[in-house]
Amino acid sequence: MAKQAVKNSTESPAVLEQYYRDMVFLRHFEEKCNLAYRQGKVGGYMHTYIGMEALAVGWLESIKKGYDYVITAYRDHAHALLLGTDPVAVMAELMGRKDGTAGGKGGSMHLFDPERGFYGGWGIVGGHIPLGAGLAFASKYREEDRITLNFMGDGASNQGVVFETLNMAGLWDLPCIFIVENNEFAMGTRLEYHAADPELWKRGIPFDIKSERIDGMDVIQMKNDAQRIVDWVRENQKPYWVEVMTYRYAGHGAADQDRQLYRTKEEEASAWKRDPIKRLEAILLERKILTPETVEAIDAEIIEQVDKIYDAADASPHPDPSEVYDNIYTDMDVEKGH
Amino acid sequence: MPAATETTYREALQKSMFEEMDKNADIFLMGEDIGRYEGTFKVTKGFFPKYGTRRVVDTPITEAGFMGIATGAAMAGLRPIVEFMTMSFSILALDQIINHTAKIHYMSNGIVKCPIVIRGPGGAAKQLSAQHSHSLDGWYAHVPGLKVVAPATVQDVYGMLKTAIADDNPVVFYEHPRLYAMKGTLPDHEYSIPFGKAQILKEGKDISLVGYSLMSQINLAAAELLAKDGIDAEVVDIRSLLPLDTETIYRSVRKTHRAVVVYEDWKSGSFGSEIHSRISEDCFDDLDGPVGRVGGLNVPMPYSRVLELEAVTNEHHVVAAVRKLL
Repeated sequence: MAKQAVKNSTESPAVLEQYYRDMVFLRHFEEKCNLAYRQGKVGGYMHTYIGMEALAVGWLESIKKGYDYVITAYRDHAHALLLGTDPVAVMAELMGRKDGTAGGKGGSMHLFDPERGFYGGWGIVGGHIPLGAGLAFASKYREEDRITLNFMGDGASNQGVVFETLNMAGLWDLPCIFIVENNEFAMGTRLEYHAADPELWKRGIPFDIKSERIDGMDVIQMKNDAQRIVDWVRENQKPYWVEVMTYRYAGHGAADQDRQLYRTKEEEASAWKRDPIKRLEAILLERKILTPETVEAIDAEIIEQVDKIYDAADASPHPDPSEVYDNIYTDMDVEKGH
Repeated sequence: MPAATETTYREALQKSMFEEMDKNADIFLMGEDIGRYEGTFKVTKGFFPKYGTRRVVDTPITEAGFMGIATGAAMAGLRPIVEFMTMSFSILALDQIINHTAKIHYMSNGIVKCPIVIRGPGGAAKQLSAQHSHSLDGWYAHVPGLKVVAPATVQDVYGMLKTAIADDNPVVFYEHPRLYAMKGTLPDHEYSIPFGKAQILKEGKDISLVGYSLMSQINLAAAELLAKDGIDAEVVDIRSLLPLDTETIYRSVRKTHRAVVVYEDWKSGSFGSEIHSRISEDCFDDLDGPVGRVGGLNVPMPYSRVLELEAVTNEHHVVAAVRKLL
């Protein structure tokens, strides 16, 4: 599949290298997040994107960044970073600091950057899906040609409100792409234990929504498929339902300490053979866009970059306790005191 | 003297929405049967012919879904007015309203706004039984990030809806099915009424009757009955639960030295209990006796008219509570 994709790819060497750098950056950023979590710098719930990088890179390279809308659940670092949100602000938010994207009020699960079209960052599984359709509703209402990328996990695809939203998206022709990041697990529950029909791609069909399943582990293929779908939705101003097959190498969240409860080490080892970064790396080496030496140099450069991000974020102060009252409303304060 | 027109609470709502929708094309209506069918309580009568499918959106019966879509549209800068056929149905959308709509602004530290009005009738109409009759305003007034208002008069419902539509925050706007047909005079000029300002509907010196929405009208009726016995009750209409104007309530209590809080919600754990506890806590030295409390019976609303009348708070319950205290 990888070889076929490379044959078909029209991307320039520079673009392919950029995809590679983006994916390596996400990988190292998330690994740093895991470290920060273990150090106690990050608290609460935190969910990394390790293993799923090709998916977000492919989709976000296919839209008009800053114009189109993007919304996702709590596994949201990659989406914000790829849209151009300051990585120091993202890391600082995870650390609950003043210079975080939300001044430490949101945390890992609630990143927002509306200036770049990013509307969160949501923690109730499936709860943000109608919000994403609402963003698409707004662009349709204003007769703009923005499209909305509305990401969810495979677990979310079972929520009632998702079906309600699909019905209205189909009924009203909302320009919204519903993207199921099928990483095979709803937290610790394997797909076949949570879905009556594990072929989640079929779920758009009853609502007259174009639906398909695609692979999300090959970034070139992912980009091509995403671009085709994005262009179709922009052109036709109708919704699309896509199941993207991927795999979460990490646990559900940083607090998920025992992956062996729901999958074997052998399964993980086998999944690592499909690592999207290694896959693109092989193509780049084969095409001599990169050499083993430049691969190493890129890796070292990005590790250093992420170290600097971490240090800058860690230098940000904690919020002042008085900030607890800020921004509940746009125009009034709440009563103070316990 | 300024011109005024006799109108109903329902017509006042319509007038308010028509005027605002004419001014701002970002305002749209969304809800079940609000367009072609004109709304179950006919509040949106005349809107669909005027504004069409784009701005008057008939939804499927999927409260959580359309509440979320309206919220998303508000995040993108539109100004939706969502109607719940009855506020009892808003329970299906509680996750959207509480976990999403109300928290967006705070979770994003103020970079995302959610200007949305959530309106509809709450409380008992007549024999609509257990799933269509409850007053859930206190649930919403519990939630930081929402504003909650419950106007009791024709003048207020007009002016407060204007404020709700202009607000950049989510506003839960409680109407009452038994007030829709109530008549009053509406000034012919446009005006709005700010939130967080309680009002004295009737001055009195002996006891303060504190309530909102339909219960403020019930309190006026109770005050009339009490007047026949020479008891001069003051009627405090709080209008706005969140923000709450405690100062006006306290000023009244400091004048009369006695208070009864009156509400339609289930008696236990209600917003009325909250007002009661605040008066007790903050006006202790001004009180000549314990603060009274009159609420709906702690029962699911029964269908039988006889049983329903037993369950819903009325002016006689208020009079009885006052007599117990005086």
